[in-house]
Amino acid sequence: MIKSFKPALSAIALSLAMLSQGAAAAEEQFFPLIDYRVGPYGSNGQAFYGGFIDYLNYVNLKEKGVNGVQMTYEECETEYNNAKGVECYERLKSKAAKSAGPLHTMSTGISYALIDKSAQDKLPLAMMGYGRTDAVDGSVFPYAFPLVTTYQMQASAIVKFIKDKNGGSLAGKKIVYLYHDSAYGKEAIVALNAEAALNKFEMVQIPVAHPGNEQGAQWLKIRQEKPDFVIFWGWGVMNQTALKAAQKVGFPRDKMIGSWWTGSEEDVVPAGEAAKGYMAATWNVAGKQVPVIADIEKVVYGAGKGNLQDTSKIGTILYNRGVSAAVLSVEAIRKGQDKYGKGKALNGEQTRWALENLNINDARLKALGATDLLPEIKTSCDNHEGSGKVKIQQWDGAKWVPVSGWIEGNKALIHPLFQASAKQYAKEKGITPRDCSKEK
Amino acid sequence: MNFFFEVLIGGLLSGVMYALVALGFVMIYKASGVFNFAQGAMVYLAALSVVGCMEKGAPLWLAIILAFLIMTLFGIATEKFVLRKLVNQPPIALFMATIGLAFFIEGLAPMIFGSEPRALELGIVDEPIPWVLDNWNMVISKFDLVAAGVAAVLVATLALFFQYTRIGRALRAVADDHQAALSIGIPLQNIWAIVWGVAGFVALVAGMMWGARNGVQFALTFTALKALPVLILGGFTSVPGAIVGGLIIGASEKLAEIYIPPVMQDLFGGNFGGIEGWFPYVLALLFLLVRPEGLFGEKHIDRV
Repeated sequence: MIKSFKPALSAIALSLAMLSQGAAAAEEQFFPLIDYRVGPYGSNGQAFYGGFIDYLNYVNLKEKGVNGVQMTYEECETEYNNAKGVECYERLKSKAAKSAGPLHTMSTGISYALIDKSAQDKLPLAMMGYGRTDAVDGSVFPYAFPLVTTYQMQASAIVKFIKDKNGGSLAGKKIVYLYHDSAYGKEAIVALNAEAALNKFEMVQIPVAHPGNEQGAQWLKIRQEKPDFVIFWGWGVMNQTALKAAQKVGFPRDKMIGSWWTGSEEDVVPAGEAAKGYMAATWNVAGKQVPVIADIEKVVYGAGKGNLQDTSKIGTILYNRGVSAAVLSVEAIRKGQDKYGKGKALNGEQTRWALENLNINDARLKALGATDLLPEIKTSCDNHEGSGKVKIQQWDGAKWVPVSGWIEGNKALIHPLFQASAKQYAKEKGITPRDCSKEK
Repeated sequence: MNFFFEVLIGGLLSGVMYALVALGFVMIYKASGVFNFAQGAMVYLAALSVVGCMEKGAPLWLAIILAFLIMTLFGIATEKFVLRKLVNQPPIALFMATIGLAFFIEGLAPMIFGSEPRALELGIVDEPIPWVLDNWNMVISKFDLVAAGVAAVLVATLALFFQYTRIGRALRAVADDHQAALSIGIPLQNIWAIVWGVAGFVALVAGMMWGARNGVQFALTFTALKALPVLILGGFTSVPGAIVGGLIIGASEKLAEIYIPPVMQDLFGGNFGGIEGWFPYVLALLFLLVRPEGLFGEKHIDRV
């Protein structure tokens, strides 16, 4: 009787052994994607998350994952709604308990809603160019990463660009700051005030009520003020309305410079001719001339595994930004594997360490084919931003063209503002800041 | 003083744009006594239909005709599948139905035509009129003047329609009392289908003007927010009221945005700009206290 079971038992044992081997081979790095593809800002999310997912698939197809660890993801739709963002987070966090890449919400509101929760759950929150900016100070915000640039450093870099354009001085000049009357719009004011005091220019603040689809009064005021430049912190429909209104009052578009939220194709195409000459900050260039973008199209879309139905979005500013966010995230996974074991998925705590110890230089970016998708970035416990550099790009009527190299904001002026704000936050919340000198 | 008039005229012309949206609300309210929460979404659907058809290769004139057909079909479908079941139900039931309709349109329209913001070129450049600029140093937009002309024609047509056609009179009777109108043989379903079709046409006009101004995108649904204080001021049942209300709201919010913040700043310090988002509502609220039926609204008297 036992004899007759022997072959069956052997087969079961062999199967189990194979299964366990298979399980080891199928190590997976999970990315919880709290994203948006429908709703008011759905088209922005489609391009960004399309680029993000395409890069994850690219890594899987091109190099069979990071040291054999496959990149996986699950999406949850927020419609850019804070409450839904929190719901999505709650839904995905258990799945992210074992292995977690950085969270990218592409929303300042959702990031604010998650900043405490993610720290409690030990899941790192990436906020590339948005979110809570004083989280640059990692001693107070160990799990929050306003990577690459912040609103304040971006504003400072824009002032630097204008200053260079003006022969190195802004003394006696007048700059209007036209902004979305929200936390996002107000974030840059402190930096611009500091810059105005330092560079002796006059700053006139003009807020626009949400949604900003009517700006007649503001632009008549701008016409009356006769500024030398307008720094523009718009959002959504406010961007096209501002460009059209600038045309209406005859303000030259090449004297308007916006934040990165105003500098995608979606922001300028609806404004038609009115957008020609307008400039905006960015930390990634548009176009398929970036080697990794061209290769994604070839490898991922060639294999029929592309995420976008509308492939015309490939190479747009927001698509490339999604790739840029994914490049940075995957590089963090590589960094983490160097420390915690190659071929092993990282949990949230390990990914957090990796994000805090990033060092992506130009040579590495070149090797990845990602030159101009990111500036060089080197993070640390006391600098979760890691770069603070942007480029200025100009809309030529058909495409965005970079018109500057990397410009770094005035770190000596701006970073102390973050530290002061973080210190205040720590005091309010009873947080004891980490000693960054002891972090490695 | 020149600047004051520039702001005033700019405000009046903006008010015309608000009135274009408000007119759609008035249409539905006149016919069914219900506040159509979906009007903003209809403006979006109409504009999206135009650019969607143009992207498929239709010239502008054909795209407008096709969009009109889409809006008419939408009106008929709304009557058949939503409103018909709700005859003689309390107005709140109809209102709730329009909320559902708004979300339905906001989800469906981008699924069909795509959600990317797009430009809509009507061939009217939004630039100052050079003669006015040179002689008066004032910015008056060509586009805004055309919009005012379009609104004037639309109002005249609608006023004549309501006043002098059988359908118009039937429509007013239906608005007064569904049951009484039915009892004297007025075909309620047809009237509602027609009025939703007309509201769709008004939405198309508003959608094209707003779309050409700010781009065709989801934010067109927000134009409804600009129409609410206009309706409170002008009255929910008056076509001329929508225009006058629009002019008052447009002019007052622009003047308020320019002249109130500096006074507040002097008094309290800080920055008080960006008030045009809420100022029209405060104005409408104050007006509501004095004249609840609006400037041109019908006074409602109940027998006790």
